[in-house]
Amino acid sequence: MDKFTTHTGVAVPLKRSNVDTDQIIPAVYLKRVTRTGFEDGLFAAWRNDPEFVLNRPEYAEASVLVAGPDFGTGSSREHAVWALQNYGFKAVISSRFADIFRGNSGKAGLLAAQVDEKVVQKIWDHLDEHPGATVTVDLESRTVRAGEGPDAIEDSFDIDDYTRYRLLNGLDDIGITLTNEADITTYEAQRPSWKPATL
Amino acid sequence: MGKTLSEKVWDEHVVRSAQGEPDLLFIDLHLIHEVTSPQAFDGLRLAGRKVRRPDLTLATEDHNVPTLDWDKPIADPVSKTQVDTLRRNADEFGVRLHPLGDIEQGIVHVVGPQLGLTQPGMTIVCGDSHTSTHGAFGAIAFGIGTSEVEHVLATQTLMQAKPKTMAVTINGSLPEGVTAKDMVLTLITHTGTGGGQGYIVEYRGQAIEELSMEGRMTVCNMSIEWGAKAGLIAPDQTTFDYIEGKPEAPTGADWDAAVAHWKTLVTDEDAQFDKEIVLDASTMTPFVTWGTNPGQGVPLGGNVPDPESFEEEQDRVGAENALKYMGLEAGTPMREVHVDTVFVGSCTNGRIEDLRLAAEIIKGHKVAEGTRLLVVPGSVRVRMQAETEGLHEVFIEAGAEWRGAGCSMCLGMNPDQLTPGERSASTSNRNFEGRQGKGGRTHLVSIPVAAATAVRGTLSSPADLTELTTV
Ligand code: SF4
Repeated sequence: MDKFTTHTGVAVPLKRSNVDTDQIIPAVYLKRVTRTGFEDGLFAAWRNDPEFVLNRPEYAEASVLVAGPDFGTGSSREHAVWALQNYGFKAVISSRFADIFRGNSGKAGLLAAQVDEKVVQKIWDHLDEHPGATVTVDLESRTVRAGEGPDAIEDSFDIDDYTRYRLLNGLDDIGITLTNEADITTYEAQRPSWKPATL
Repeated sequence: MGKTLSEKVWDEHVVRSAQGEPDLLFIDLHLIHEVTSPQAFDGLRLAGRKVRRPDLTLATEDHNVPTLDWDKPIADPVSKTQVDTLRRNADEFGVRLHPLGDIEQGIVHVVGPQLGLTQPGMTIVCGDSHTSTHGAFGAIAFGIGTSEVEHVLATQTLMQAKPKTMAVTINGSLPEGVTAKDMVLTLITHTGTGGGQGYIVEYRGQAIEELSMEGRMTVCNMSIEWGAKAGLIAPDQTTFDYIEGKPEAPTGADWDAAVAHWKTLVTDEDAQFDKEIVLDASTMTPFVTWGTNPGQGVPLGGNVPDPESFEEEQDRVGAENALKYMGLEAGTPMREVHVDTVFVGSCTNGRIEDLRLAAEIIKGHKVAEGTRLLVVPGSVRVRMQAETEGLHEVFIEAGAEWRGAGCSMCLGMNPDQLTPGERSASTSNRNFEGRQGKGGRTHLVSIPVAAATAVRGTLSSPADLTELTTV
């Protein structure tokens, strides 16, 4: 998993609340046997609409999603996180995330930055005025930043310490366990020889 | 204070424990199949990781493989991709695989024990909820999700919070003709589908001790159906006799050392369980389900219940919905329910002992007109053993379909499915809506009930067949 310290990228306003995992990626797109390629199913139902925000040319390079409240509700499928990452998103900003989605994001390396509802509105307004503008998500200082000069937006976001530590260090569950690899090796050395093996 | 069996096995596998954190548990055996492993392997590949212990890993193809024409390319594209992917992954990561056509191919929970890889005191995991089957040998065995599969592949460990312990004591002896399946279905109806939530359950008592290994596997298999994390049974002479001589069983001095250790794997006299349930086997009878979860069951001699008879609102609504889905009228005697398809197989009841029992009952009878009987051995070895004993001829003469090995109609991921509205009597473990095919209606039954039902076309027990021949 890549380390996440700070990211600046084109932000896309997704002005909807309660975006559930079926909307993020419908079940028919789950047949893949890889961890990659799920971008084709991302927001599939909406992407048929040429006016859908992701279809607009100024958002072609989007990597920060700014969504309404209750993002990622519904099933526990990890594919929702993969689809966002496969598409190129590094961070999602919302005023409220579903717990399972937030957990899955942290494990997979997608930053779920929870901000005040007013901050989402301010960023949306900013993006309406400047389509294709970038937003910075700084995990070290836990801040989101956008715009310049007197209208600049700078506010803090919430993320739990443990998830922040993992993201900053690029540690997935396996990475965390492997920080204790010496314990595993010690354990293996004292296993009885009569225990079965497949090879 | 003494320890329970599961605490002993657990403690022997703790690699690391820290205050306020789940334990890091070592995994002795990791079983793999085509459906839940592809993304785990892909995750390893993306992160540049290897399988830490290929020598403690075993893969087999079971969930979606065809049970007919298994020597031809798999017709369903999704299934074919999954199977091809498993083969590529096993090859790339150096994992032993028993593919379609191999003599050791079969349902992962049938293959482990028959190879002798499943032994007392082990930790065993698999990306399949019925991994609890292996608990019959006194192992802690449970199902895991795909990201955990990846974690075990990479580290041979799992982070796990220690579950609570429960004892289910089943006293007395099962009456003639009543099986381990009836025992576990009775238990689930008694506890409800959530009764075991958060527990590792130890099954004990005279009736459990009297079961064969196959019967014990049937009981442990269905632990998950009442919500338990895992179920296990203390190893005894029955266990040792079953393992001895199996291909991967220890031999010579290793065997003696292993058995000496296995004999310590019993719950201490002064150990405390967090919860205890006691049942009496001698009052048990053939048991069948009428609804859409395994806890909705009645004795075969009973009637479809009236939803109004349930005290809890939730159970009442559940029963109403279930009866609607199942197309059943309250008050109908279970014995009058007509069955279209009888499925004998699955990791619950697809072992050689199960097929022997089914053949013994069916011998000399014909499958009823308007009913079909599908017999699917749990593994190729089971199939071959059955053919050596001539069991397949009994089935074929009766008009049954004799199939190749796999999960088959247990979950209908391969072509063996019920059609909408079709009714089955199934020796498998789940009767959820659509489990055996969209709109399919499943009654969970034991092997004797399945066999007798195939002959009469309505839910029946072997006792009904005797009447049939004497009339
Ligand atoms: S037979 Fe059924 S329960 Fe057993 S492993 Fe296969 S699908 Fe799962």
